[in-house]
Amino acid sequence: MSTVLQDPQTVAETPNYLNAEYGWRSWLFTKDHKRIAILYIISITVMFFLGGIFAGLIRVELLTPQGDLVNSDTYNKFFTMHGIIMVFFFLIPSIPATLGNFFVPMMIGAKDLAFPRINLLSWYIYIAGAIFALAAVVMGGVDTGWTFYTPFSSTFSNTFVITAACGVFIAGFSSILTGLNFIVTIHKMRAPGMTWGRLPLFVWANYATSLIQVLGTPVVAITLALVGLERAFHIGIFDPAIGGDPILFQHMFWFYSHPAVYIMILPGMGVMSELVSCFSRKAVFGYPFVAASSIGIAVIGFLVWGHHMFVTGMSMYASLYFSLLSFLVAVPSAIKIFNWTATMFRGSISYATPMLYAFGFIGLFTIGGLTGLFLATLAVDVHVTDTYFVVAHFHYVMVGGMVLAYMGGLHFWWPKMTGKMYPEGWAKFAALLVFAGFNLTFFPQFIAGYLGQPRRYHAYAPEFQVYNVLSTAGATILGLGYIIPFIYFVWSLKYGAPAGNNPWKAKGLEWETTSPPPTYNFETTPIVTEEAYAYATHKKEEHVG
Amino acid sequence: MQIPFFPESASTTADQVDYLYYYLSAVTVVMTTLIFAAVFIFAIKYRRRSEDEIPPPIHGSIKLEIAWSVIPFLIMLTFFWWGAQIFFANATPPADAMDVYAVGKQWMWKLQYPEGQREINELHVPVGRPVKVTLASEDVIHSFFIPAFRLKHDVVPGRYDTMWFTATKPGRYHLFCAEYCGTEHSGMVGWVTVMNEPDYENWLAASGAEGTMVQQGEVLFGQYGCVTCHQLDQQGRGPILRGVYGSRVQLADGKTVLADDAFIRESILNPNAKIVAGYKTDVMPSYQGQISEEGLLQLIVYIKSLATRPAAAFAPGTEPPQRIPPNGGKK
Repeated sequence: MSTVLQDPQTVAETPNYLNAEYGWRSWLFTKDHKRIAILYIISITVMFFLGGIFAGLIRVELLTPQGDLVNSDTYNKFFTMHGIIMVFFFLIPSIPATLGNFFVPMMIGAKDLAFPRINLLSWYIYIAGAIFALAAVVMGGVDTGWTFYTPFSSTFSNTFVITAACGVFIAGFSSILTGLNFIVTIHKMRAPGMTWGRLPLFVWANYATSLIQVLGTPVVAITLALVGLERAFHIGIFDPAIGGDPILFQHMFWFYSHPAVYIMILPGMGVMSELVSCFSRKAVFGYPFVAASSIGIAVIGFLVWGHHMFVTGMSMYASLYFSLLSFLVAVPSAIKIFNWTATMFRGSISYATPMLYAFGFIGLFTIGGLTGLFLATLAVDVHVTDTYFVVAHFHYVMVGGMVLAYMGGLHFWWPKMTGKMYPEGWAKFAALLVFAGFNLTFFPQFIAGYLGQPRRYHAYAPEFQVYNVLSTAGATILGLGYIIPFIYFVWSLKYGAPAGNNPWKAKGLEWETTSPPPTYNFETTPIVTEEAYAYATHKKEEHVG
Repeated sequence: MQIPFFPESASTTADQVDYLYYYLSAVTVVMTTLIFAAVFIFAIKYRRRSEDEIPPPIHGSIKLEIAWSVIPFLIMLTFFWWGAQIFFANATPPADAMDVYAVGKQWMWKLQYPEGQREINELHVPVGRPVKVTLASEDVIHSFFIPAFRLKHDVVPGRYDTMWFTATKPGRYHLFCAEYCGTEHSGMVGWVTVMNEPDYENWLAASGAEGTMVQQGEVLFGQYGCVTCHQLDQQGRGPILRGVYGSRVQLADGKTVLADDAFIRESILNPNAKIVAGYKTDVMPSYQGQISEEGLLQLIVYIKSLATRPAAAFAPGTEPPQRIPPNGGKK
């Protein structure tokens, strides 16, 4: 904490990326990866709360078994918009475009991403996509579910499918450009001495994510374009009435959308490695295995899409293959969980807010991952697929995993990004609310799902009600847990205590520069002489210095 | 109010799936407890005691990495094996299964029985007898889901799928559509009534039917004029359909195809897709959009019946042909 006390004055006066220029033009035409990251944070926060409002409306409707709050068409639009917004406009860009954009260049000692203009372009493309998606909402909504299954989406739905699909199609290019930018940056712009074996694991995770973004996203773009063509011009691709094959759509859609699940979780795993290491003051246990497991997930993740389709009448031998590979892809995730836990062994563990989120992540992702094994098991999947069991499972991964990692990362790097500390007491309280609220919302859904409550039901059988009431109660707490950080983060921008350059005494190049960082990140290009997370040597240097 | 925790178990599959589910749940509970305990104990035991403390570095252990990769995977292989066994056993219906036909339509289930009874959102089956359900959709993808049986199968337009079960306990169980299908998706629900054999026979007898499905199909076969070309006992413009169902048919392009439900359906809706050897294209018009899915099923059941009905019923003294002869007769 000594650093905090040293320079409260100088922090405010140091030239940094925030005070380098002023005015809206300086933001909208910026090429600084850090400012673009802030633009993304603002944008995805708007989308997150919008998607959250739809989630809230869903939960209120499901308080009673009768569909009595809104009619079924409206309800169907609620869950569709919740899914589209959360998946394509929050989860996929969440960590890479915000924390990744900000910290990947800093962690490798670079001045910026390789293509700063393309980086800005990707944000504009994202906004264009978001405008289409929001236009679909304003015009009257879309009711296909975020999965756009054919022939319902291509022929039968009477809602604004093409508009929404355009939004997703466009936003995909933003994702591809970010991935491309990261790959080139990580290959070409590492500071002297920053070898692949010294890369922070957050960078490895974003590298793996970028590979999926570049290779997978074009497929979903093609798929949605074909849905649009069939809808507009009746070209028979997916609708059997005009010669198409509806199952073909599912193969194409999940070829991207299953790897997209790893786009959503891998960067969160990267954040986890940083948090566990910093708040245990130890190098991540088994660094090469954690790094390689990210790449393993990215590669095997492309080969498991058929596990979404075990009940479609796909060949049973194909089902066998997809089942086996789905178990295989669970191994690298398990490796990560074990290594993070082992990192804490004989560490010096702090209970700072980011670490509370990391504890939460380990717990919830473990449950999310293990329940994924139920879905990889053929005979069990037949019963629980398309029920609330699946809903619970992927929320444990996407919210319990990714959102917690994002929140943890945001708290971890907030002092670096803004130069300000958030109120620690409130932050701990909110972290506990999120953990408790999340479990109360989603754990009952495992039980409702095994009982047989199908997903996407506006009205449901009365015996499921008790679990839905618990869920809605939990969602209320969870919502509060999200609103509180929003308030204190905004508050801290003006009133937060100065953070100092390295409030956590963390390792990593991003902590060696000032907070907030100067426009080009470092006064002089850093030279890397040690492994990542070299906490033990850090101590020695401190004594010498 | 009674709070259910496990669904009712009413088919031979249900118990098998439940045992596997218990096994998976047990492994999940054990693993989660171990991880939680480790995190909890480490967090307490190694909590930071002074701001400046730096713990000794530990870089990793190849042995541990191998152990916690290989052992979990071996456990997962048991899940895989067990799940695949049940799945494979459920893939092929037994030969003696009784037939039921289900058509999904936005937003209802239409069921019909070989004896001719028809129901909406209700399925009656006897206890202890394997039942094979042939699934068809009029419009979008639906999914036929009976939680008490632990079974579901998607109902995909443009083709037939089958699922089968043996009910074990009389009672009334939910039938849900599990694949989102539009506005009233959540209203596409019904009941499966499992009855003891005598009750089932009584129910069949009491539920009025306008002839069996074979007879209904025969009526359609006349109404749509099929019989004009597909004559039963003498060669018409189209192949004789007696004995065709279940045989392998020689096609004009040299391939052979199994004459099953899917082939007959395709031949009615898109006759030019597969031309039988010895016949010409563009002779038969397409019936796409003219016959309901239920009607198609009745026609198929009728044509199927021609395979097993004694030849004498049509043409005294002739053997039922096993195949359509290549160059089958006059044109």
